[in-house]
Amino acid sequence: MATTSRTKKKPASSGQSATELRSYYTKMSLVRAFELRANEMYARAKIGGYCHLNLGEEATVVGLTAALENRDYLYTSYRDHGYAIMRGMEPSAVMAELFGKSTGVVGGWGGSMHMFDMSKRMLGGYGIVGGQIPPATGAALAISYRSEAGPNSEAVMCLMGDATTNIGAFHESLNLAGLWNLPIVYVIVNNRLGMGTRVEDASAEPDLYKRGSAYRIEGKRVDGDDPIAVRDAARAALTKAREERRPVLLELMSYRLKGHSVVDPARYRSKEDTDEAKENDPVPAFRGKLIADGVLTAKEAEAIDDEADKIVTEAVQFADDSPDPSVDKLFDKVYSTPVTNSSTRLPAEPAVVLS
Amino acid sequence: MTDNGSEPRIITYRQALNETLRAELERDENVFLIGEEIGVFQGSYKITAGLLEDFGPKRVRDTPISEEGFVGAAIGAAMLGLRPVVEIMTLNFSLIAIDQIVNHAAKMHAMFGGQVKVPLVIRFPGGGGQQLAATHSQNLEVWYAHIPGLKVLAPSTPAEAKSMLTAAIRDDDPVILLENLALYNVKGEVPDGEQVAEIGKAAVVKTGTDLTVVSYSRGMVTALQVAKEFEQEGVSIEVVDLRSLRPLDRETICASVRKTSRAVIFEDDMLSYGIGAEISATIGEGAFDYLDAPVRRVAASEVPLPYSKPLETAAMPHAEDLSRVIRETLDATRFKK
Repeated sequence: MATTSRTKKKPASSGQSATELRSYYTKMSLVRAFELRANEMYARAKIGGYCHLNLGEEATVVGLTAALENRDYLYTSYRDHGYAIMRGMEPSAVMAELFGKSTGVVGGWGGSMHMFDMSKRMLGGYGIVGGQIPPATGAALAISYRSEAGPNSEAVMCLMGDATTNIGAFHESLNLAGLWNLPIVYVIVNNRLGMGTRVEDASAEPDLYKRGSAYRIEGKRVDGDDPIAVRDAARAALTKAREERRPVLLELMSYRLKGHSVVDPARYRSKEDTDEAKENDPVPAFRGKLIADGVLTAKEAEAIDDEADKIVTEAVQFADDSPDPSVDKLFDKVYSTPVTNSSTRLPAEPAVVLS
Repeated sequence: MTDNGSEPRIITYRQALNETLRAELERDENVFLIGEEIGVFQGSYKITAGLLEDFGPKRVRDTPISEEGFVGAAIGAAMLGLRPVVEIMTLNFSLIAIDQIVNHAAKMHAMFGGQVKVPLVIRFPGGGGQQLAATHSQNLEVWYAHIPGLKVLAPSTPAEAKSMLTAAIRDDDPVILLENLALYNVKGEVPDGEQVAEIGKAAVVKTGTDLTVVSYSRGMVTALQVAKEFEQEGVSIEVVDLRSLRPLDRETICASVRKTSRAVIFEDDMLSYGIGAEISATIGEGAFDYLDAPVRRVAASEVPLPYSKPLETAAMPHAEDLSRVIRETLDATRFKK
């Protein structure tokens, strides 16, 4: 359907520095290699629970994170591995988290859906659809509580999938952000499918970027397969958030290469859709463009891919070699202010222990 | 005179909350209030009266009717180090925000590996008896008391309202402060100066030897009144105020019942799967050998609370219900005084 298919603009590389373009390709290649390996590790039962991959969304991941400054805060959905790595978290620590190990980014407490690093201002992947939107809005409220608008202001970026725009938290949050002039950029990664439900079967307004208009929030649709277009749109939106304290709603047109999660064979998709996804796969498209433009040679591209593979192999090795979290520490993180009578009972232990 | 040498004053539960909010706003500029109608309207129950005028709209933030949105926004602000105090108009409306409270505020510290704190207070009144009908009269505090990661406090006096709200605001975890519509006008002695409650501790507020009544929040007013009546008959009732519903101080409960050998639990909520059920199981495990009678619960009838006054009254537990069950418990062991 016209309203939800991607714009057909091909990735542009004119006017960009070669170093920058190569670095974007290097990053996209790393996300691709990481996610392919995560898929493999899930099949080998090294990874448990739910596992949602950024495969096919590499341009979006790299473009958005390139627009963020270190001082900005990022909230994401559960499809968060690529964002965690691009925000500066070590691939080995992200892989170790997938393996549930003590060396994982949150010590094995969160797994695939809950990557978090306060020092990188990556304030979490969130497993509940839309759950991240009100807290992200509140982080923007904290920024405006503490500081004035200006080019050096902090800002918040809050990611979500297309289906998330139907939940109440989205609408309540946009209303608050519009009302209170909060420095936040809401980004819809529109991969055209909820789990298996098409956008136009779930949203009465399938042009999702228009949904901000009810809250007087500017909306914009961008080609999510083009990292430069994504970066530039996100930068402009962040500037508006910083300098004018106005929220922005971006819709990035994308497509998953695989199912909703690693266990989903995506049988609800037609062969045409799958073929189109492969044809528009942003990683080979960007590589081809850079080679055609003389920014990269095929050999250099291959070396970049090999290096990504090496990093991911080392990450898997690190995760495999890392110890499990200690059961002795099971109750250490329930509260941050220790409290009298907090339960530390294992299942077969008594509820009442009299001193 | 109090410990710190100042005179206690007699004020209402409402005034104790209002003064504590004012004191904490003055003490820490990271503290701010957020909720529906708390500013211009001065609070649906006037707990925030006068605060907008003195602290301005940045510190006393009125919100649209968006419980999920503004509770979640308070969580995000707390993640960045602010200390929001949320007012939800009544407990009933907290259900609209329950995803943010249960799936987010309660989980973040542990699930994000201890990297983030959520120093958040959510205040709301529960309780029936005001002819507000079924959706506006509930006592669902047990839903929150069920969740690790939350701390749930239930002050029963103006002094506790002050000390528990102070403790809640200064705590780095999400704290639910359960108030009660029927307690707002209750008066009591409140010491001046800083008072910070210890979270997680129950209190024996009246000592006795013959039977233990366990209660919390508004139930405490009834429990103490009934205990006083029995005192005149020569029956010595010990009264335990839970104060903290999570964590639960099981030791204080069991120590009391080991002494008195009989226990009655008095709660405003419905009986099945309730706080009384948890207390009863605790006593069964921690004082079984000491019991002279079955543990009894006095709790609300299992019905959506009706608007009609006679029906509402019939469904809610009252002093005479507690008296009757205390007598039956004493009779069960041929208690003679």
